[in-house]
Amino acid sequence: MDKELIVIENAVVSYREDIALRGVSLKVARGEFVGVIGPNGAGKTTLLTVVNGLGKLLEGRVRVLGNYLTRGNGHSLRKKVGYVPQVENIDPRMPICVREVVMIGRYGILGLFKRPGKSDYELADEALGLVGMSHLAQRPIGHLSGGELQRVSIARALVQQPELFLLDEPTASLDWKAQSDILELVKMIHDTRGLTTLFVTHDLSCLPVACDRVVLMKEGIIWGEGSPAELLTDENLSRLYDMPISVVRKRRREAITAE
Amino acid sequence: MDFSIFGYQFMQNAILSAFLGGIACATIGVFVVLMHMPFIGVCMSHAAFAGALLGLWLGFDPLVGAFGVSLLSAAIIGPLADRGDLSPETSIGVIFSLMLGLAFLFMGLMPGTKSGALELLWGSILTNTRGDIMLLGIVCVVVVALVFLFYKEIQATIFNRDMALAVGISASFFLYGILFLTGATITASLRSIGGLLIFSLILNPAAAAYQLTYNMKKMFLLSAAFGVLSGWVGLLFSYLFNAPSGATIVVTSSVIFLIATIFSPKRKVKGWQSETLSEKQP
Repeated sequence: MDKELIVIENAVVSYREDIALRGVSLKVARGEFVGVIGPNGAGKTTLLTVVNGLGKLLEGRVRVLGNYLTRGNGHSLRKKVGYVPQVENIDPRMPICVREVVMIGRYGILGLFKRPGKSDYELADEALGLVGMSHLAQRPIGHLSGGELQRVSIARALVQQPELFLLDEPTASLDWKAQSDILELVKMIHDTRGLTTLFVTHDLSCLPVACDRVVLMKEGIIWGEGSPAELLTDENLSRLYDMPISVVRKRRREAITAE
Repeated sequence: MDFSIFGYQFMQNAILSAFLGGIACATIGVFVVLMHMPFIGVCMSHAAFAGALLGLWLGFDPLVGAFGVSLLSAAIIGPLADRGDLSPETSIGVIFSLMLGLAFLFMGLMPGTKSGALELLWGSILTNTRGDIMLLGIVCVVVVALVFLFYKEIQATIFNRDMALAVGISASFFLYGILFLTGATITASLRSIGGLLIFSLILNPAAAAYQLTYNMKKMFLLSAAFGVLSGWVGLLFSYLFNAPSGATIVVTSSVIFLIATIFSPKRKVKGWQSETLSEKQP
């Protein structure tokens, strides 16, 4: 069994004129919880798409779950990778309910011509229970709040029974309570299911406290990686965000005292 | 009122054509409405019209030309929309204007009378032959069978293509398949409904069904029912008021859409949205 579940070697990705990743290399060991943090446009989302085979490499190669990603094996590998994207607006009249959206996570694994069976629906109901959404299972998906949508997205990723869990800004645009709930939920799922997790965020306060390792990204390159204690220093964060971190703290204090 | 006309072969052919075409067009309409690409129907119907005119001009079967050119437009729109180089609306708009230009070009170059071309533009369900019905029947069965067979993949793709890709579904393949089916359905219905009006028969029944349900399976069924109803009621009005059948079919489908919108439960406040304010007070 491979010790490293993700091996990225010198990945270069470009969107037209913009280079999103400039020779990024990263290894993630089985069972690790890795937080990736950096400002907007750092290449964090692109890093996730490279891992699940949706991003197109100009150079370099990527090994996921023991297989090098090629043009032909992306679909089969993605079936084992739970991907939680950023919250998107959904048409409130969309004719699909929460339980059906969660079931979509089973469709890739089931393959063509196979209808979901009782065990698939049980998995969906179990995942909905785990994320605390059982009571909304029959509600139209477009009627949910941002936090609820994110829970559904996590449940949909869970029914894939993934080995790898990729989360792209799962707390973006959520209120503090919802952020805190989602962070606790993600950590609980990581621990109880024995997953390997890559968690991307631009917001330092949304980085799960229990990360095994933190990766700092900016302008398409990895600036540093290591334990949160050694990496998340005022100096490093000030360089990462081009702003003295003391200013951020001062603004937060001002906001609190202004209340 | 004399309904003996419904005993004639040509009327029975028209009723059967309206049934088959209504189901096929309305089923395609569900894709078009839920994928928020309403103008794809306009674009591909004009592509089919241009192809049919090319056939008339060069002397081969107009349906072959219609099928070929609508598939060609699908083959161009698909990758452009899929890769995100252009927004789907932009790529559809560019192809639409090209197809309209080609249609007028072929019509201008066509020697002699233009009555064949105009027939394709307005449609003429009352002159449908057994061959036309056979073609409509094949397309209808294929469309319904594919939706039945690949329902879960289609549901995932039309809900969110990126999500479908992320769970390991070949969403691009299904997107192209949907465009291909749209081209085939429009081609088969071209002679009956006409290149100018077919877009309404694709969009209106599905848009009406969209107003009435939060369940995608029910939306497919309702849309097909509205498509057939539009065809049959339109034929009846065509007979009663001695009006062009294509036009009465489309007007009927528009009226069904208006009624569905007025009585849409989605416009009302649902129980789960109307919890008493007192319960929500801090």
